[in-house]
Amino acid sequence: MQRINRSELIKAAAKLIESGEADRVLGWKKGEFDYDVTPYVFNSIDEIEKDFVWGDFCGANFSKYLIKETAKSDKKVAVFLKPCDTYSFNQLLIEHRFEREKVCVIGVSCSGMADIRKIKDTAGEGIAKIEEQDGYLNVFTLYDGIVKIDSKDALAERCLCCTKRCVVYDELLGDGENKADNDRFAKVEELEELTEEQRYAFWKSELSKCIRCNACRDVCPACTCEKCVFDDPRSVLENKAAANEFEEKLYHIIRAFHVAGRCTDCGECSRVCPQNIPLHLLNRKFIKDINAFYGQYQAGEKAGQRAPLVDYTTEDREP
Amino acid sequence: MQRIGVFICHCGSNIAATVDTSAVVNALSAEPGVVCAVDYPYMCSASGQDMIKEAIKEKELTGIVICSCSPRMHEATFRKAAAAAGLNPYMVEIANIREQCSWVHKDKQTATEKAIVLGRAAIAKVSLNTPLQPGEIPVTKRALVIGGGIAGIQTALDIADAGFEVDIVEKKPTIGGKMAQLDKTFPTLDCAACILTPKMVEASQNEKIRIYSYSKVEEVSGFVGNFTVKIRKKARFVDENKCTGCGLCTEKCPVKNVPNEFNLGMDSRHAVYIPFAQAVPKVAVIDADYCRMLKDGKCGLCSKICGAGAIKYDQEDEIIENKYGAIVAATGCEPIDLDKFDEFAYSKSKDVITSLQFERLMNAAGPTGGVLLRPSDNKHPKTIVFVQCVGSRCEAHAKKGKEYCSKICCMYTAKHAMLTREKYPDTDVYVFYIDVRTPGKNFDEFYRRVAEEYGVHYIKGMVGKICAENGTLKVQASDLLADKQLHIDADLVVLAAAIEPDRSTRPLATMLTASMDTNDFFTEAHPKLRPVESPTAGIFLSGCCQGPKDIPETVAQAGAAASKVIGLLCKDRLTANPCVAHCDEMSCNGCSTCENVCPYHAVTYIEKEFRMPDRTTKIRRVAQVNPAVCQGCGACTVACPSKAMDLYGFSGKQIYAEVDAICR
Repeated sequence: MQRINRSELIKAAAKLIESGEADRVLGWKKGEFDYDVTPYVFNSIDEIEKDFVWGDFCGANFSKYLIKETAKSDKKVAVFLKPCDTYSFNQLLIEHRFEREKVCVIGVSCSGMADIRKIKDTAGEGIAKIEEQDGYLNVFTLYDGIVKIDSKDALAERCLCCTKRCVVYDELLGDGENKADNDRFAKVEELEELTEEQRYAFWKSELSKCIRCNACRDVCPACTCEKCVFDDPRSVLENKAAANEFEEKLYHIIRAFHVAGRCTDCGECSRVCPQNIPLHLLNRKFIKDINAFYGQYQAGEKAGQRAPLVDYTTEDREP
Repeated sequence: MQRIGVFICHCGSNIAATVDTSAVVNALSAEPGVVCAVDYPYMCSASGQDMIKEAIKEKELTGIVICSCSPRMHEATFRKAAAAAGLNPYMVEIANIREQCSWVHKDKQTATEKAIVLGRAAIAKVSLNTPLQPGEIPVTKRALVIGGGIAGIQTALDIADAGFEVDIVEKKPTIGGKMAQLDKTFPTLDCAACILTPKMVEASQNEKIRIYSYSKVEEVSGFVGNFTVKIRKKARFVDENKCTGCGLCTEKCPVKNVPNEFNLGMDSRHAVYIPFAQAVPKVAVIDADYCRMLKDGKCGLCSKICGAGAIKYDQEDEIIENKYGAIVAATGCEPIDLDKFDEFAYSKSKDVITSLQFERLMNAAGPTGGVLLRPSDNKHPKTIVFVQCVGSRCEAHAKKGKEYCSKICCMYTAKHAMLTREKYPDTDVYVFYIDVRTPGKNFDEFYRRVAEEYGVHYIKGMVGKICAENGTLKVQASDLLADKQLHIDADLVVLAAAIEPDRSTRPLATMLTASMDTNDFFTEAHPKLRPVESPTAGIFLSGCCQGPKDIPETVAQAGAAASKVIGLLCKDRLTANPCVAHCDEMSCNGCSTCENVCPYHAVTYIEKEFRMPDRTTKIRRVAQVNPAVCQGCGACTVACPSKAMDLYGFSGKQIYAEVDAICR
């Protein structure tokens, strides 16, 4: 159950459109199923009132959409950003990917998003409808009737360890802070303790599931290159990615290197992976190492900050 | 398809003893694109080079690979040979099969295999080389010398002597540096001031030399031949053009208790002062921290008394911007802080002093007028203990002092001991040393005279502890040769403090993008063959900022740095290195990562209009590289997330091709 109501979000968006501050709103639109929510650009208050949704399946991070959306018009675009999304937003501003002035940010407090895979694990296939009620999800299935699941048990992994807060907004709904107490590096530490062979086996089994649909890259707010190296025949990397004994190993590792220091740990890569590969673990390993080598660093936390891996300072040690 | 020639050098037995060169010839001639592969005892010899030139012409080669020593040795040689035969010099690749292969391996079979792999990688790279044309850059014919000690003065004089204009920037109100504070100089014992001050005067009178005293370098931009430097000329509250240096103000100033830094705080000066009698420029300076007029607006005595009307209380710092073709760092050294050496009671007793303080105590212009009196009670010390290596040659884990030898202490301590015994024969002089190091012309002879003829007690061993008790200094030490503990009651203890680079050196090095070592000394371009050049083009090193040196060495290096500067300034144009970064604007995201990592500020961003594939125009933020500033380090190419940055001569494609060839 979200702490902020849908009506409050609609009110905030309607105010911006009515006042002429923004002429469109980037938000979540109802999909074919309740858990199948789609990013959408709403052009009118009517549209918003009809199709806008806010609930436990609004996981999509809109920051990356702003690169193309802001380029379309000189008018401002309004956008809903959850706490974790605001870090990606800041990181993109640091990288000059769009102009801050062209966006109205409505920061939305979030109580964590549900992971449909966890629900399916309990309720099985054939989910027709999901309703929230008093901290429980009533899952209507075609085969097993109504299955009741505690909302907490359905929370996505990234939300279980979320300590993020809205770091950038024009308007904030709620306090915009999360204080989960799970350690996000627990699984990384577990993997670090494995032997090299065991770790290799773990990643081999995970990454060999990859069907190279590119969803992780396409959703990633750090992957905003004008031309991706994996799509560019001149980059030489293009045909390197697949040329290995387990498919696409290099693709994911190269991608993790590319976003190292810029990844805000928003977890979108794992959310969209149709094969359930825990891709966020690769990024978290980098984040953990950066923290260990250069001190605590959270990408996107502050506007204008420079990531330790791509900065040159006078205090850098001479080789 | 490239037509590649491969030339394998034996380097006498340097390579051939460990690498089967004929096996390398056989293996590499089978590589795609290779039309000839030969080996020869000395490829760098004239006949070796002729062989390469003939092959280029005869076999119509489009690229060559030399399997030989490090490219730092002979890349230039082979590029010239290729150019002489009509081949673009950047179509030459070196496979280093000496330093990186034959010298580090013992087993002939593995070394041969590795040589083949290295050769293969170079062939893969040269196949993707493109001919490059170096550009040309103009040269501003003026040099900047940072630091006005003996090193800076000598460098400036030598550059001016060759007819080029040169500016000296000195942070203190006068030039002269540390040498001006010395009494006598070893081993000839001529008076430091007598040999230094004529040079100071010469520098000030030379019309090619401009001296910015009481100034510091604020900002450096540009590149070899074309530096732009901002100099902050600090307000001295005295008009330099009007002040005659009469010194009247310095006598009448009512603030008298300012510690005199020239005498290392052992006496005091006035708030308005001239550092010493022979200061250049001989212009008074007002110490804003102490001047009553500047602090409280009450006084103004110096202004009233100055006949020339030179006092200007409203003077402000001035920023001067100049262009230079070359910059010489001559920032010198200073003794280390002794706060971590409390076992010698330096902070507890006034009678424990540094050697530089001792110089002042012996000097006629010093606080005691040249009479050796100890600071606490102005009595003649009858027993003096000199402790050498205080902070020098420390072990790394001791976490105090320096690991290096400060080089000058053995000789100046010998000098101090000799001068003391000569002037005050009734004084007992002990010198505690780890080793006595006297490698210099007439140095050892001097030291032996001190030890053998002047009756100085040289004791091998270190002082463990010094305690000040009732006016005497209880010195506990060990005599390693006699294997016994010593207890000496001394009246004065002189510590030969290690020297370290001036504290302004690190921020300056950052501005100059010149590299430093872990001790903050400037790094030279090559420790043996290019000792007065920084690896950053156009930056030269003079004196102790590069490492501890005595005066003759400093002067020699100063002259050498000047000759390098003259060699640069006498050119009208410089050839630029074509192996620089460039940006593929269509791939550039405009993220500024390259700009952030560039140590040379060679990358800037512009808003540029693009014709997009869908026939629209779009204004995009893209990176631009200034090829004259870029040093080709490649930091940007690694950092760029979209691989828009690439290096000519070391493209991503070429590197991947090399790695592929190695892993094949």
